[in-house]
Amino acid sequence: MTRPSIVVGVDVGGTFTDLFFYDEASGALGTRKVPSTRSDQSVGFLDGIAAGGHPFPALAAVVHGTTVGTNALLERKGARTGLITTAGFGDVLEMRRRDRRQTWGLWGEFVPVIPRDLRLEVPERTLADGTVLAAVDPVEVKRAASILRERGAESVAVFFINSYANPANERAATAALREVWPNGYVSASFEILPEIREFERASTTALNAYLQPVVASYLGALDDRLREQGSEGRLLIVQSNGGVMAVDTAARLPVRTALSGPAAGVIAATHIAETAGFPNVITGDMGGTSFDVALIAGGRSVLAAQATIDFGLVVRTPMIEITTIGAGGGSIAGIDRGGLLRVGPESAGSDPGPACYGKGNRPTVTDANLVLGRINAERPMGGKLVRLDISAAKAAIDAAVGAPLGLDTPAAAEAILRVANSHMAGAIRLVSIERGHDPKRFALMPFGGAGGLHAGALIKEVGLASALVPRFPGVTSALGCVIADMRHDFVHTVNRPLEELVIDGLETALAEAARRGRALLEASGVALDGIETHAELDMSYVGQTHTVAARLPASSPAKLGPADIRSAFETAYRQAFGRLLDGIALRVLTLRLALIGRRPKLDLARLRPEGGSVPDAQHGERAVWFQGKPHATRIYDRLRLPVGAEIAGPAILEQPDATTWIDPDLVGTVDGFGNVVLRGKP
Amino acid sequence: MAGATPATDNMIDSVVLAVLKGRLEQIADEMDATLFRTAFNPIIAEAHDASHGLYDAITGDTLVQGKSGLPIFVGVMAFAVRATIARAARGDLADGDVFIFNDPYDGGTHLSDFKLVRPYFYDGRVFCWLASVGHWHDVGGNVPGNYNPVASESFQEGMHIPPVKLVSAGRINPDIVDILSCNSRQPISLYGDLNGQINALDLGARRLGELIAEYGAGTVGAAFAELRAMAAQLMRANIADLPDGTYSAEDFLDNDGIVDEPLKIALDLTIEGDRLVMDFSRSAGPCSGPVNIARSTAVASCYVALKHIFRDVPANAGCLDPVEFIIPETSILAARAPKPVGGYTETILRVIDVVFQALAHAAPGRVNGCAYGTINALSLAGYRRDGRRWVMFSFFGGGLGGNPEGDGLNHGNAPISTATIPPLEILEAAYPVRFTRWALRADSGGPGRHRGGLGAIYELELLEERADVFLFGERGRFAPPGVAGGKAGALSRFYYPQDGSWKSPPMASKMVGISLVRGQRLRLETPGGGGYGDPRERSAEAIRRDVRFGYLTPEAALRDYGVDAGTP
Repeated sequence: MTRPSIVVGVDVGGTFTDLFFYDEASGALGTRKVPSTRSDQSVGFLDGIAAGGHPFPALAAVVHGTTVGTNALLERKGARTGLITTAGFGDVLEMRRRDRRQTWGLWGEFVPVIPRDLRLEVPERTLADGTVLAAVDPVEVKRAASILRERGAESVAVFFINSYANPANERAATAALREVWPNGYVSASFEILPEIREFERASTTALNAYLQPVVASYLGALDDRLREQGSEGRLLIVQSNGGVMAVDTAARLPVRTALSGPAAGVIAATHIAETAGFPNVITGDMGGTSFDVALIAGGRSVLAAQATIDFGLVVRTPMIEITTIGAGGGSIAGIDRGGLLRVGPESAGSDPGPACYGKGNRPTVTDANLVLGRINAERPMGGKLVRLDISAAKAAIDAAVGAPLGLDTPAAAEAILRVANSHMAGAIRLVSIERGHDPKRFALMPFGGAGGLHAGALIKEVGLASALVPRFPGVTSALGCVIADMRHDFVHTVNRPLEELVIDGLETALAEAARRGRALLEASGVALDGIETHAELDMSYVGQTHTVAARLPASSPAKLGPADIRSAFETAYRQAFGRLLDGIALRVLTLRLALIGRRPKLDLARLRPEGGSVPDAQHGERAVWFQGKPHATRIYDRLRLPVGAEIAGPAILEQPDATTWIDPDLVGTVDGFGNVVLRGKP
Repeated sequence: MAGATPATDNMIDSVVLAVLKGRLEQIADEMDATLFRTAFNPIIAEAHDASHGLYDAITGDTLVQGKSGLPIFVGVMAFAVRATIARAARGDLADGDVFIFNDPYDGGTHLSDFKLVRPYFYDGRVFCWLASVGHWHDVGGNVPGNYNPVASESFQEGMHIPPVKLVSAGRINPDIVDILSCNSRQPISLYGDLNGQINALDLGARRLGELIAEYGAGTVGAAFAELRAMAAQLMRANIADLPDGTYSAEDFLDNDGIVDEPLKIALDLTIEGDRLVMDFSRSAGPCSGPVNIARSTAVASCYVALKHIFRDVPANAGCLDPVEFIIPETSILAARAPKPVGGYTETILRVIDVVFQALAHAAPGRVNGCAYGTINALSLAGYRRDGRRWVMFSFFGGGLGGNPEGDGLNHGNAPISTATIPPLEILEAAYPVRFTRWALRADSGGPGRHRGGLGAIYELELLEERADVFLFGERGRFAPPGVAGGKAGALSRFYYPQDGSWKSPPMASKMVGISLVRGQRLRLETPGGGGYGDPRERSAEAIRRDVRFGYLTPEAALRDYGVDAGTP
């Protein structure tokens, strides 16, 4: 038997499971899209791989972008979780940093993921300098554990005050807890995030515990099933930082998957856009339930140090900055009590799905696209349905929107799209205009199955220069899984003035983190082109509480001296703020290390269409409604369009994973990588 | 778009306007972020007690304000810029100048807030002003941290600097820095914050220059005018939605810290079509202690209250165009030098509370119960074993009011602020204290159909030889009221050790010079928010949940709601 050579990227969304296949031996590529199975995502996952036509033993790696963790957080469907903490501090998680939901307006509650009757306190105390004032009694910890079990906790978090400075008490408590806790779901703050600031550390640890039973059991079952099917390939999971990790690391640190799915799409978009000569793009990932927006400027996505998943749910690990709103193909349209047309955030998902799927009767964005002729009723995505039910879609739109507003079907459908588009445009403005970027310098990269249907309207509404519709818009996140590098982040609290910094100790910590990172990379069994190390020190002037990241020279940290560190800090500080403060001492707060394992890059030129011609690609014509009247519109098989083809709107480009609608005032051009660039007609 | 676009007239393309609105707010936000990240004192760096914006060249009116700074500054900074414009009328204004001052009568708020104001020149003329305000750690006076609850003149509250040139045409005057430094107990912190504010202004000027190069000064100027008109129009529409009439409310401060008598804040609010008249004539006169506020500060706090209710109105001077203020010159709300104003935060919170209570009569569906209503400025100061002086100064949180949608938020920040509380681990790393409790306070939320959020209990122990303690709070005698039938939240409580037992301040919420020795503790219990709606309408399920979680004791459930929830 030949060596396994297939790498498959799998992105499970709310509606569809998308797959991208890459044969490392031959360079061949393939895509699939199958319906997601909500009750057990692994079913759709395995169906999709089987549909790809490669036998399971041929899989070299399965790389997965998952929304299991994200959904559990947003829908508050994590495990029943307990907390064991320092006496006097059980409410830290609920008190947050004394903030509120928004600057203006005083309404809104906060419900912590661990309720107050599951937050138990034990006597113990460590001071800020690391001195243990009162040791923890393991018996007390075990007693708290048994109370939490009685109250139904499945998972548990441990968080002690000042454990970043000296984890001895927390480590002892965690060890005692692990002796008695009946499963592996024990998250300790000194292991998850050994960094000063109690709320951020407590929150990240609590969310990890809250997610662990859900994410770990899902990933464990998935891994088992892959093996049962004969796969010996590694299962890898995309992290929120855009790197991938081994499945056992993900099961231990599920909080790092909080934005896994959307991150994969941004990785692919960055690579595709840069290759196509578009360093500035705004990604718009429109799936069945949500619209995720990220900004890529100068070829780089923005990494945030922490993210707030929802008010008060703070996760402090590096993450790609992504803004999500509830707008997708499955978003439900209706009239509210005030008589106003609303679309989303409620979604019909894939079950019952849009009215045209024949199960539900509430109209969605997909139904609107269908009755306007923008989606082909005879070629539904995902393969399970034979055709879409236009009359069901019309009936649903008429009943829920048309009749109350006194509009005929096409007018009601266009109104639904207008409202949905304006929501999405708002999200694009938020990441671009409101952060000071001029939209004219950016292209929109729509992806997800429905992104190409809305791209024209969005670029016009926001004032973007163009849209770059990738070759396989419906499976972009799955492609990102195949492209993403391995990455492991470490943090180590130093908290010493620079002159007291023991360089040997720093080097030992660096070497230790690097060793652990390499071990993780090697244990993953993934083929790597090389390993890069990025080391940074978070530093400040003594007295400041915020830090800047001073990048250490990658080459030889062994030769570090205080002067090198000072100069690295001054470079970073000057760049950030302009003015150095003479005569004030420096402090080193944290050492951060990122180990990046470069995976072999797939050559995007392989996506370039070979042959084909515009007349051959055209396979029909139908009426498409636009601004109140039907337009005779040519329909093209997108994958058969040649490089350089120019298609003037109105036109529809169809392909198995997505549909692109070219407005009458736009023109689409196929570039050398198979992308379609949409621009205004000259 | 390359090159300048000449403005044709005052009409500008709506997409360009949307872009410029975002770009201008971004400039102010970036200035905020620069100062937060470079400041030395945690009141700015962690609690975000600072603000930045762009102001009109001639009137000083607010054009654009950052979204991350303190809401109260949004209204007050225009007065600070106006004071600088008056000073600049001497005629020696040059490109690259920066003025500095902390005068609270012309510039608003209190002496701790240092304002840096810089003209932005274009084509040889002032195009607009950039300003930065930040709360410095210590500015002299009788009490470290400057919340002196017994000040009878502003001279006891700190140094007093009129608008003077800190930077002349790009060159810092080191003499001014020396004068400021030697008047502070924390000169290094002062130096760091001062530099952070200059950095923020530099950055603002650079970003504005880039914007003008791209869009042209005419277009940017037209955008300023357009944004103001939009804000005024939206505010008028909001007011017009409310029923005409006069609506009144009264509330009280505990005392002024010197004379132990309650001080009335009264508002008669009249809605006439799309105009609003806010008449404070029935309020107390000037007081001896530091809870007077300047007129500019009173106007700014009304702005904050209105913005909390009418969230859609952009933050610029246009908001107040349809609002008329009646504040007599003899009012506690129109203080003049040298009346002490150090505790201005307490008075403006009460002004905001009466705005909510008055509007609750007109529009109960849009208003919430009062928030906890005191910042509880607590300062501890002493010397370390090595002789270095230390001052720990912090504000504390409490409950927000119940509202039409749900219960009030537990442990939120005050309506005048977006300030977060410094992490206790940061406080313990910086000062010789350890907290022994940091918890929610049971039974503190005002009863109601939607109850007020809970206040907090903070307890801390001194780890050094000795320290002096100062507290400046409120709501020790008059609890945060509920609205629409909701009841008041719990009172503020403070305890310190004396002769082997816990004592509370004779003036209820204000205290100077308590001496603490190693191992002794302080305890602060902050108010919850006022409730919303009749408590008898609260669901039994919500009451039982509150008892199970310990938000409510079984005794209080019986007393406040008439529900026997058993033992938790």
